[in-house]
Amino acid sequence: MAIEDDVLVIGGGLAGTTAALAAAASAKDARVRLVTYKQSTLRHASGLIDILGYAPGDDANAPLVDPFDALEDLPEGHPYERVGSQAVRDALAFFDDIAGDAYAGGHTDANALVPTHGGTVKPTARYPVSTAEGLASDPRETLLVGFETLPDFDAPLAASHLEAAGAPFEARGVTLSFPGIVRDDAKVTRYAHLLDHDETVSTGSGETGARTALVTAVESYLEDEPRVGFPAVLGDEHADEVRNVLSDELGVDVFEIPMGPPSLPGMRLEERLYDALEDAGVRVTSGVPVVEYETADGDDDRGWRIDHVVVDRHGAEIPHRGDQYVLATGGLVGKGIESDREQVSEPIFNCHVPHAEDRYDWFVDDAFGEQPFAAFGLVPDRELRPLDPNGEPEFENLRAAGSVLGGYDYAAEKSGAGVSLATGYVAGTRAGEEATR
Amino acid sequence: MSNAEQPSDEQPGNDEFEPIQVFPEAEEMDLRPGADDCYKCSTCDTNCPVAKVDDEFPGPKFQGPEQWRLKRQDDHDIDDSVMKCSNCMRCDSACPSEVPLSQMHNTARGEYVEENMSKFSREYVRNRMLANYRSLAPLASMFPRTANFVMGLSITQWLGEKTLGITSERELPEFATETFREWWAKRGGAQVESEDKRIAYFHGCYSNYNTPEVAKALVRVYEHFGYEIVVPEQSCSGTPMFANGMLEDARRAAETNVRELAAAIEDGADVIASCSSCSMSLRQEYPELFDFEGTEDVASNTWDAIEYLRVHEDLRAELEGTSVGEEYDDFAYHAPCHSRNQGLDGQTIAVLDAIDGIDAHDVGDSCSGISGTYGWKEENYETSMKIGEEMFEHMENSNAETGLTECPTCSMQMGHGTGYEIKHTLEVLEAALVGADSDGVEPKRKEE
Ligand SMILES: Cc1cc2nc3c(=O)[nH]c(=O)nc-3n(C[C@H](O)[C@H](O)[C@H](O)COP(=O)(O)OP(=O)(O)OC[C@H]3O[C@@H](n4cnc5c(N)ncnc54)[C@H](O)[C@@H]3O)c2cc1C
Ligand code: SF4
Ligand code: SF4
Repeated sequence: MAIEDDVLVIGGGLAGTTAALAAAASAKDARVRLVTYKQSTLRHASGLIDILGYAPGDDANAPLVDPFDALEDLPEGHPYERVGSQAVRDALAFFDDIAGDAYAGGHTDANALVPTHGGTVKPTARYPVSTAEGLASDPRETLLVGFETLPDFDAPLAASHLEAAGAPFEARGVTLSFPGIVRDDAKVTRYAHLLDHDETVSTGSGETGARTALVTAVESYLEDEPRVGFPAVLGDEHADEVRNVLSDELGVDVFEIPMGPPSLPGMRLEERLYDALEDAGVRVTSGVPVVEYETADGDDDRGWRIDHVVVDRHGAEIPHRGDQYVLATGGLVGKGIESDREQVSEPIFNCHVPHAEDRYDWFVDDAFGEQPFAAFGLVPDRELRPLDPNGEPEFENLRAAGSVLGGYDYAAEKSGAGVSLATGYVAGTRAGEEATR
Repeated sequence: MSNAEQPSDEQPGNDEFEPIQVFPEAEEMDLRPGADDCYKCSTCDTNCPVAKVDDEFPGPKFQGPEQWRLKRQDDHDIDDSVMKCSNCMRCDSACPSEVPLSQMHNTARGEYVEENMSKFSREYVRNRMLANYRSLAPLASMFPRTANFVMGLSITQWLGEKTLGITSERELPEFATETFREWWAKRGGAQVESEDKRIAYFHGCYSNYNTPEVAKALVRVYEHFGYEIVVPEQSCSGTPMFANGMLEDARRAAETNVRELAAAIEDGADVIASCSSCSMSLRQEYPELFDFEGTEDVASNTWDAIEYLRVHEDLRAELEGTSVGEEYDDFAYHAPCHSRNQGLDGQTIAVLDAIDGIDAHDVGDSCSGISGTYGWKEENYETSMKIGEEMFEHMENSNAETGLTECPTCSMQMGHGTGYEIKHTLEVLEAALVGADSDGVEPKRKEE
């Protein structure tokens, strides 16, 4: 017997979780399951939700003020062009519901400018509330605090970069030692845990809770800046509480600066999405990959259907059947698209991935140029069904979402999370509708 | 692979504390391609429950690929922090790049114990005792009441801590007055015979010596579905031995298990385990570390008890409309790390949903913190409780007063941290399908 569901989503990143939630929302009594192998790229991502930061092909490289303006001009085949700009808005509204008070930015169409750990500013559509007091458009003076044991954030350098980049405020950076951390390679989860649980740490003046110890350490450096920015390690489970306590005790606004991987804001978002899946009654199977599929009658006419997929559980092959399938296995990083020296491919369904015959055409010499390989991925129709080389849907009941899709370069455009949300939302909604029709 | 080593005959005492020789394969195993796959994304580190609470633990990325590389360069000793790893295997299933982290930890631990730990040290003796609980248990179960009494004495616990480094904070598990195997023999073995539905039950040590009610529940549930059950000879699964770097002990145990289980498979049975660490060990660690004849066969024919029913029976339909007694209405469920790694974390809640009146609530994805023998060691007790804190909080915030899990040591930790009574999912299925108080000897039923 197979494990039976109405909608089966493959891949548990931002695209897959959004698709599963959208399927559950569009079809109230549908049984929805999400199968995912490893953890998603959300653990590395900043937790910012970018829609479109830069227009593709724009050499002037000026950050976009209003991403929705630019959506209308995207080339044919771009995932946003496929789903249409109304779907992008609907997807954002759907996200805002899930994120609740954990995210800000919904009051305007315009991009917000969030300072990054390198001291640049990043145009983004939605940002975690923990970063809200730090926006670069806010003219208040700023103290940035870095830690000796966290070399990825050099506060004095970031402060001077911000000023050089034309931020409308004065910024100053200091580097301290984080109370309770001795290892110079301590994990970000260790910092967060110390603050979450207010663990007792020893300081020069005896034993105190980690939160108070941190406040004491920062206090003496604070001049009259009304806000203080820390690298994003301020708690995990109880991040709001930690930030509020630091804010109260320092008497200033406290914010977080998104960090490179691994990233706590990304992990917190992941946590929130998985809680939402539980609330929505979506069944989650994780830690095991989908490895292959079977069609209903094995005939390969056009418009054929997937009957079931096979999940490999440490050697035991377990069939999982759905009426509708969503493929959200990620791009080259998430392992949804594979490449070897000969070819680029999609490993589960072997869907068509267009790419130049010659490997040397996959790259351009300019390392910072727009790389063809960055846009490798499946080509979908407007229903998000992957298309074969003849432009016909590969399968009647398969849709794809997120970075497994091609036709966009998320790193250059700053559109990663937005594309995952919009395509996940559309693929999930359509799958849910179809499964219960 | 050599056949020179014969499995020892399990007698406690005859091979207990002699120095061991770590088998050569572990060290020769070529893990370089695995190490080279690491692109230093640190996903493993963010999943490590020990690194989160213990500033002295460098984390899986160091423990695995980095240490492996260091080792290859010159005669670097294995860092002693490897003994702080709890073998939860979370890093393993987190790594997006298929780096075989737990295999690296297991081999590093084996090498560390062999080369850097004195065989006469208190730590070695203690670890070997904990790892070989299986060979002490028969003694205790011969005189369970005395054993329970003696181990419950505070002076014994104090001695345990002072002389052996076993924490006195925990209550040692009680031994059952009748082991599962004794019960099985007394009832005359299988009550159902079937040509085509046959399972070999790997009960493991804990449900044999300490919680035979779990093993009995498995028997009744499977017989309810018409399965013939065989209970092959078996040794410890090896999990506590891997975790303590006692690879030679694990190898001996694994050899017995593979031989017996492969024979059962040959006779048409699938292997079923009721403990998630046992199934993990047979499925993943054996093929990673050993290559006896039949290892792969055993791995790919081993199943978790509930998973198997879901795939081979219409479990949902069978449970639809059943209900259980009052004492089983609310559960705080904790998915053990070793079932999480097998993709089984969502399963229990989904299955119990079909039973009327049960409200099973998942207490979240944190590790329980005890990790087998880990939390028994005096030096790890505090870390273990810090890791568990999140789970305790979630359990206490749920409405339930009863805990539920499939791992015997997680169950100890859940009970220890909250005072709740803890059940195994099979016991709930038994109550729903057969009735909780059915006594062991049911009428013989034949498959037609
Ligand atoms: C370092 C980094 C920084 C980023 N920063 C930002 C940023 O600041 N802003 C922004 O908007 N975006 C950012 N992104 C991009 C954004 O995170 C991604 O575009 C987006 O999250 C991709 O989501 P996804 O769901 O499509 O894929 P993934 O997150 O890659 O998820 C794919 C999932 O599918 C699973 N999977 C793969 N194969 C199988 C299989 N066979 N069976 C079952 N499951 C499978 C994987 O294990 C994984 O969990 C960043 C990405 C990276 C890597
Ligand atoms: S998760 Fe895997 S690839 Fe990433 S640092 Fe750890 S071992 Fe390396
Ligand atoms: S097995 Fe568990 S404790 Fe050990 S390094 Fe991996 S995640 Fe950490």
